[in-house]
Amino acid sequence: MIRVVLPAHLQTLARVPPEVQVHVDGIVTTRAILDALERRYPVLQGTIREHGTLKRRAYLRFFGCAEDLSFKAPDAPLPEPIARGSEPFIVLGALSGG
Amino acid sequence: MSKVRVLAGTRKGAFVLESDGKRTHWHVSGPFFGGWEVYHVKGSPVHPNRLYASQSSSWFGQVLQRSDDGGKTWEAMGNKFAYAGDTGTHQWYDGTPHPWEFKRVWHLEPSLTDADTVYAGVEDAALFKSVDGGKEWNELPALRTHSTGAKWAPGAGGLCLHTILLDPRANGRIYTAISAAGAFRSDDEGVSWHPITKGLHSNYMPDPTAEVGHCVHKLAMHPSNPDVLFMQKHWDVLRSDNGGELWTEVSGNLPSDFGFVIDVHAHEPETIYVVPIKSDSEHYPPDGALRVYRSRSGGNEWEALTAGLPQKHCYVNVLRDAMAVDTLHDCGIYFGTTGGQIFCSPDGGDRWQAIAEHLPAVVSVEVQTLP
Repeated sequence: MIRVVLPAHLQTLARVPPEVQVHVDGIVTTRAILDALERRYPVLQGTIREHGTLKRRAYLRFFGCAEDLSFKAPDAPLPEPIARGSEPFIVLGALSGG
Repeated sequence: MSKVRVLAGTRKGAFVLESDGKRTHWHVSGPFFGGWEVYHVKGSPVHPNRLYASQSSSWFGQVLQRSDDGGKTWEAMGNKFAYAGDTGTHQWYDGTPHPWEFKRVWHLEPSLTDADTVYAGVEDAALFKSVDGGKEWNELPALRTHSTGAKWAPGAGGLCLHTILLDPRANGRIYTAISAAGAFRSDDEGVSWHPITKGLHSNYMPDPTAEVGHCVHKLAMHPSNPDVLFMQKHWDVLRSDNGGELWTEVSGNLPSDFGFVIDVHAHEPETIYVVPIKSDSEHYPPDGALRVYRSRSGGNEWEALTAGLPQKHCYVNVLRDAMAVDTLHDCGIYFGTTGGQIFCSPDGGDRWQAIAEHLPAVVSVEVQTLP
């Protein structure tokens, strides 16, 4: 199972704990993880990727294994520890201050 | 005894305020969707416990929520607002062409006859409709693709469709208003549209009387007299007696004719309310005194309503969707401020009380009168 860490607002929206698990068949890629996440939690559709274009929303980044994965091609394989489930795929919102 | 339910959208969530018909003691619940911007919450006139809420965020985009128990519990509905066909461009702030991009839902207008039908006014300006309680949304594209659409430009708040008025005669007539494009009318349930801007004069435009480009802030209508419309424009308060075909300025003796809200008394179709704001560069009340102005003559002659409202050091704004009226015998008037207050007058504006203070900045206020 793939571990996915969600930002607080999306945890509330999907009514889930900070970390969820999704199953991915085949090569573990950003697209495959997000597809699986949205299948399991349809309320997240449009909140991480824009509808239609499926572009990552501007104020979000994807991290994992101490790497910024935001600019990896959607179908590029992700690091093995994420695919194994020993490290989470992190969806992170831009920090905001006051 | 009747009761009232106030639905407030704020920059950091939604709130529901309830009271009996006396409207002196209030129970406040919320925030719902805490931390998200809630531009609008509105109930169905058919089934008042059916509420629709627009929840949005720069981070996570648009979420559309629905409650079927008067706001106690909520369920996320569909959030796919896809423009129909080739979107083309509108004018950007600097005058260059800019592609149409969906940003958020500003206003939700439930049908007068079917609880599952609801209209959504969005930024960038377009009108959407759902007929299944908010699960799926389809654009009524004739408005956005009107021949003038490429000339529409955003106001400072964005190119937003913020007003939707449904004619209660069930004749297919719909009014919309867009900042800063103007006002539009459809007589065929949104299949076709035409601008209703004759009589408007906007000095900030190269041609002050052009067909589009007017920054209309809000329209209001009394259901018993749906051919009469009232408008708060960027500057100027106006009325039309013929469904928007011609507008006449009725700013009269207002201390400033800049403002955002305008509304009509529930039982007196010629009694209207505005909240003058000093100017478009300052966005707070004249003299630091928060005053609602009431005209009992449909405009031109205005009286200041101040009892219970802060009369010094008050520098809040009252945004365009943040005024509403109930339909109790003694009509209640409500408005919210960017300072987080919601004020209620249970007697048509003579006396005011804060029914909530210290909320996040209030974006919208709606009221339901319940049995």
